[in-house]
Amino acid sequence: MTDQTSTLSASYPDGGAPRAKPFVMRHPSVLIFLACLAIFTVGVTILSEGFGIGVISTSFIKTLGKTLCLCLVALAMDLVWGYTGILSLGHFAFFGLGGYAIGMWLMYERTRLIVVDSMANAALPPTPQEISDGIATQIFGVVGASEFPPVWATAHSLPLQLLAVVLLPGLLALVFGWLAFRSRVTGVYLSILTQAMTLALSLYLFQNDSGLRGNNGLSGLQNLPGVSAPQSVVSMWFLWGSALALGLGYVLCAWVVSGKFGSVIRGIRDDEARVRFLGYSVEGYKLFVFTLTAVIAGIAGALYYPQAGIINPAEIAPIASIYLAVWVAIGGRGRLYGAVIGAAFVSLVSTWFTGGQAPDINLGFYTIHWVDWWLILLGLSFVLVTLFFPKGIGGIFDIIAERRTPERHGADLGPDQGSLREQEADE
Amino acid sequence: MSRLLEVSGVSVSFDGFKAINNLSFSIDTAELRAVIGPNGAGKTTFMDIVTGKTRPDEGSVLWGDKSVSLLRMSEAKIAQAGVGRKFQRPTVFEDQSVFDNLLMALKNNRTPWSVLFYKPSNADKARVVELAEEIGLEQQLARKSGELSHGQKQWLEIGMLLAQEPQLLLVDEPAAGMTPAEREHTTDLLKEAAKTRAVVVVEHDMEFVRRLECKVTVLHEGSVLAEGSIDHVTQNKEVIEVYLGR
Repeated sequence: MTDQTSTLSASYPDGGAPRAKPFVMRHPSVLIFLACLAIFTVGVTILSEGFGIGVISTSFIKTLGKTLCLCLVALAMDLVWGYTGILSLGHFAFFGLGGYAIGMWLMYERTRLIVVDSMANAALPPTPQEISDGIATQIFGVVGASEFPPVWATAHSLPLQLLAVVLLPGLLALVFGWLAFRSRVTGVYLSILTQAMTLALSLYLFQNDSGLRGNNGLSGLQNLPGVSAPQSVVSMWFLWGSALALGLGYVLCAWVVSGKFGSVIRGIRDDEARVRFLGYSVEGYKLFVFTLTAVIAGIAGALYYPQAGIINPAEIAPIASIYLAVWVAIGGRGRLYGAVIGAAFVSLVSTWFTGGQAPDINLGFYTIHWVDWWLILLGLSFVLVTLFFPKGIGGIFDIIAERRTPERHGADLGPDQGSLREQEADE
Repeated sequence: MSRLLEVSGVSVSFDGFKAINNLSFSIDTAELRAVIGPNGAGKTTFMDIVTGKTRPDEGSVLWGDKSVSLLRMSEAKIAQAGVGRKFQRPTVFEDQSVFDNLLMALKNNRTPWSVLFYKPSNADKARVVELAEEIGLEQQLARKSGELSHGQKQWLEIGMLLAQEPQLLLVDEPAAGMTPAEREHTTDLLKEAAKTRAVVVVEHDMEFVRRLECKVTVLHEGSVLAEGSIDHVTQNKEVIEVYLGR
């Protein structure tokens, strides 16, 4: 027994001695990531208008905070696609649901405060019914309604809406996943099904009588009810919150993929039938990962939309989920930091190009307006990455790691051709 | 010796083609059995039925002392009940180390929740090393299994099957593409395994079957053509006709 264990620790350094070291110590990439995230957050805080020297504008702080949320949903995408092999093209639906859930409370509570304020000077104190009607008229006037639809029943309660941030995407993913995985829908058919799901949800929300203000969506979400702090400060709170969520999400995902569970889901990605014949219920594992990632996406969305200020059904259009897959592919799927790099890089570059900041290129006969050409550039880089760099940007780290320890096995050891060379060195 | 698997009157057809036609087959708890037959005899379909991949049109498949029907169980449930299967082409998880491959196959609780919180105990680790020694891969534990040679992958897969501790092992053409020395090792592995459990080997190669020294079942056009020792079946007229006649 002791003999065997010593053989093991010699030949398999990671599995030998009892694992006394804490999780993050065993996975240095997690530690490096958390350090980078911390440095980024502290750096931005120092440079911010709200708490620092004011080099970075508040609107750019919001862009950075939103980017962190996109990184979080990209992590979820990497877990479900890069690790489990389910190409879900519907995870932005869960992202949007999280946003709607928190948006309802933000909008309700802020409108309530305004209505109560405006009625404060009335001769008689307003009844709860009057307040409720006032809020409803304010919120739903734009879609020609004046009372609360049933879906707003819990909008008055922050805890319940926070619960909905987790439960709504989780339940949708659970039901959808159960139906899809149980029928053994896989590959491109599942991708199409997830596209159909997000399209159906977005079309439903576009209707005025869906109860969520149709194509107007929910707006004014950047104003936290009852908080008088300026946006420069609020934006920093959200940036911190997003950074914290991203850090926790990263640790959670890294933990999920590190152990035997990670082995099983990567096995499902590579050879589903084999895992089944090993006695693992593939459907259960897929459902677990699908639901977990939907919940992560929901939380990311709940942090994103208060920074964006507005959510409408166009946000969960099918194309959004496809972008998500593109980010993860460009960043490098199957590695968590790849997803984060891809989401951060592509979405920031996208903001730069489409925000009109990129200088137009005048070719004499034609002027390239980046606002128009960015999508083509993105599509082209997606094709190129898929064809030539299947590991994505994250693959660069592999090249660096290989450079550090060059592969010299079988290399020429010198001019003397008579020696036994490598075999000799081994003996 | 008691009966472990009892397949009786099983038929299955794909688009009108009868892949299995009224097949009856049984195997005892510690028995080595070779199944041979020409292409299209239904060898692989037979394995698909036992492991739950294919549902037969009629017939019954009973398992164990309690004679549980396997026909209503999912692949995963059948595997948990004690049927292990090795595919023709070596299918190991190439992206993962030999250690992880074996650990994944080790008989343990397989529900997602318990796997998520699973930590390999020292006994589990020792068991993995023991298995690796059995299949001759103890030096390769930390290597990615994709880097192994073809024969080593076949052994790793057999090792993974042994790790599952199945009562019945279904092995599809284990010796395909192996060198003579590798074949010999494989024969030993299978014979050793058959001491404590039932092993069914599907094979084309008569020489390999001869070396297994066991009872042979010949399949032809989806049903049993002959059964007995290798010498018995190779002298059977019908068998000679089926193998040499076309």
